[in-house]
Amino acid sequence: MNLTLSQRKKVSTWSLGLLSWIVALVIFFPILWMVMTSFKTELQAISTPPLFMWEPTLENFSVVQERSDYFKYAMNSVITSFGATFLALLIAVPAAYSMAFSPSKRTKDILLWMLSTKMLPAVGVLMPIYLLAQSTGLLDNVFSLIIIFTMINLPIIMWMLFTYFKEIPKDILEACRMDGASTFAELRYIVMPLSWGGIASTGLLSIVLCWNEAFWSINLTAADAGTLTALIASYSSPEGLFWAKLSAASTLACAPIVVFGWFCQKQLVQGLTFGAVK
Amino acid sequence: MKKMKSSVVALAMSLGVVGAVQATDLTIATVNNGHMVEMQKHSSSFEAANPDINLKWVTLEESALRQRVTTDIATKGGQFDVMTIGMYEAPIWGAKGWLEELTFSDAYDIDDVLPAMRGGLSVGDKLYAAPFYGESSMIMYRKDLVAAAGMTIEDNPSWGHIRDVAAAINSPEDGVYGICLRGKPGWGDNMAFLTTMANSFGARWFDEDWKPQLDQPAWAHAVTFYIDLLTKYGPPGSSSNSFNEILALYNEGKCGMWIDATIAASFVTDPKQSKVADQVAFAQSPVAVTNRGANWLWAWSLAVPAGTQKSAEAQKFIEWATSKEYIELVAKAKGWGSVPTGTRTSTYNNPKFQNAAVFADAELKAILSADPDNSTLEPTPYTGVQFAAIPEFQAIGVAVGQQISAALAGKLTVEKALEQAQKAADREMRKARYYK
Repeated sequence: MNLTLSQRKKVSTWSLGLLSWIVALVIFFPILWMVMTSFKTELQAISTPPLFMWEPTLENFSVVQERSDYFKYAMNSVITSFGATFLALLIAVPAAYSMAFSPSKRTKDILLWMLSTKMLPAVGVLMPIYLLAQSTGLLDNVFSLIIIFTMINLPIIMWMLFTYFKEIPKDILEACRMDGASTFAELRYIVMPLSWGGIASTGLLSIVLCWNEAFWSINLTAADAGTLTALIASYSSPEGLFWAKLSAASTLACAPIVVFGWFCQKQLVQGLTFGAVK
Repeated sequence: MKKMKSSVVALAMSLGVVGAVQATDLTIATVNNGHMVEMQKHSSSFEAANPDINLKWVTLEESALRQRVTTDIATKGGQFDVMTIGMYEAPIWGAKGWLEELTFSDAYDIDDVLPAMRGGLSVGDKLYAAPFYGESSMIMYRKDLVAAAGMTIEDNPSWGHIRDVAAAINSPEDGVYGICLRGKPGWGDNMAFLTTMANSFGARWFDEDWKPQLDQPAWAHAVTFYIDLLTKYGPPGSSSNSFNEILALYNEGKCGMWIDATIAASFVTDPKQSKVADQVAFAQSPVAVTNRGANWLWAWSLAVPAGTQKSAEAQKFIEWATSKEYIELVAKAKGWGSVPTGTRTSTYNNPKFQNAAVFADAELKAILSADPDNSTLEPTPYTGVQFAAIPEFQAIGVAVGQQISAALAGKLTVEKALEQAQKAADREMRKARYYK
């Protein structure tokens, strides 16, 4: 079959579109399955072959709310995610500015070293951090989580901001300096407005990473400072069926950040794909 | 002056009121098991009777709980006032002085607690944890399938008979597998079951000099039999199955037999959870050359970490949660079929419980026959049925479990798996300086 150039283009566009949909569906399927399972009974959840048509029930959600104070966990997640992101940006913006516009011989080494700290398995520093938190009275406290989340995400935030800042033409800053602007004014009135999309997307990414963090939340909290990831973990059972209730807890834990991400997706995609000033 | 007096009285009264309403927070670490969840629901009853105590719950996944309570207790973190621990930890931690000795009032009736449970949670005559619910292991089988095959299963059948029944009822084309057993690696997963099986084949973990015995013929026989049985008559992917995975298969009607924790009996006979609830029967665990150690003994128990500032309140809570009155409270709320079992003689003597729980006799018989001090054919220096109660066992159990699971998955031969398991166990024991 001979196709014209425009027909071939159409077929290629359609195929690419179809492939994108299939890939998206494959990626999204575990989340869809989790949501579906949350509306099943425990018996329906383990049914083989898996059920695609069933009478949905809200029982699991009411059990989760009855057994655990969902809103307390959600509030802790909000406080730790936004608190850690704010603190990290407060440190990272001036640091990245300094590295981007006044680099030294060792700037690249420092950046690589910072990134290398991400390669350290978290469990390797569990005991020292646990003992530090214990001796400072910060066990089961949201402040300890805010500090740890800040430290965990700082290398990524620094790297992202560094790349955004690097794209700002130096001439603009030089012109600004000629006009007598201070470093703070340069940062406040030139760098930040020009890289606002990048800073916003970095902040959003940091919030998502903090929201999903489980290791430290589970290990450093008890009755008061647990986040939603700790809530999900508490629904796993060594003896007894728990998939439906676990799925309901997971759905409730994911829902706020998914909605948040949905509203911010424009900024997120823009920031991640176009860079600072393009 | 009069005004001043009344002000002092008012201040004293208000301080008194503040003191009266200021309750002590008691933080309890627990797992998400059905009975534990039920206990949380009844918190208000305890708090109503003890207005000076406020209960705070921390529910953790089992391995996270073990890690958290170990860290907390070793560092004296003080995050938890009451901990849920098992029969493995209680004697080890008690001997180390990490747990407070439990002392209860006469009304608690300690003699009513099953001797096996009391013994397993004590060091000498000191009780370090109180059993909240206990279990042993037994055979749960589909009586309809076994009868249709023209066979029977008596108490303590031979492993050979179990293989014959599995062969007779195995029908993969109908979605029914002859037998389902744990295969997922872990000291509390495949090794809990396999240790009881190996015990009955005459095996032991260590000899009297603490030398690992995994290279002895009894282990080879047991593991070979286990792998052959599961490969021929078990469900596909057995090497990743543990309690919950098999529970799901069994409740779906896909397992002809299952040998596992007695607590499963309450799930598989519950019509809300199981499609085969009315077709389940029970028998005592199979044996090969001995019935010693053929069924395990375990208890999820409550303990008080040493050094807690709220020891009196914590002990008061444990006394309530493991009492006869608590069992009656649950019975009133959910029925006798839902009470925590495996702890008290009075529960099994209660006709209402006997009527509600079809598995009651089999469960009690299994628990009473398990003896942690005499669980192997040959003498050993350790206690415990499905584990050796030494701190090194966790690491050894996990390493050995991984080798045997790999053999079950067909990645290793039994000989190679046991050879590597022996090496791993020997390395751990040398490292811990049991011998040079």
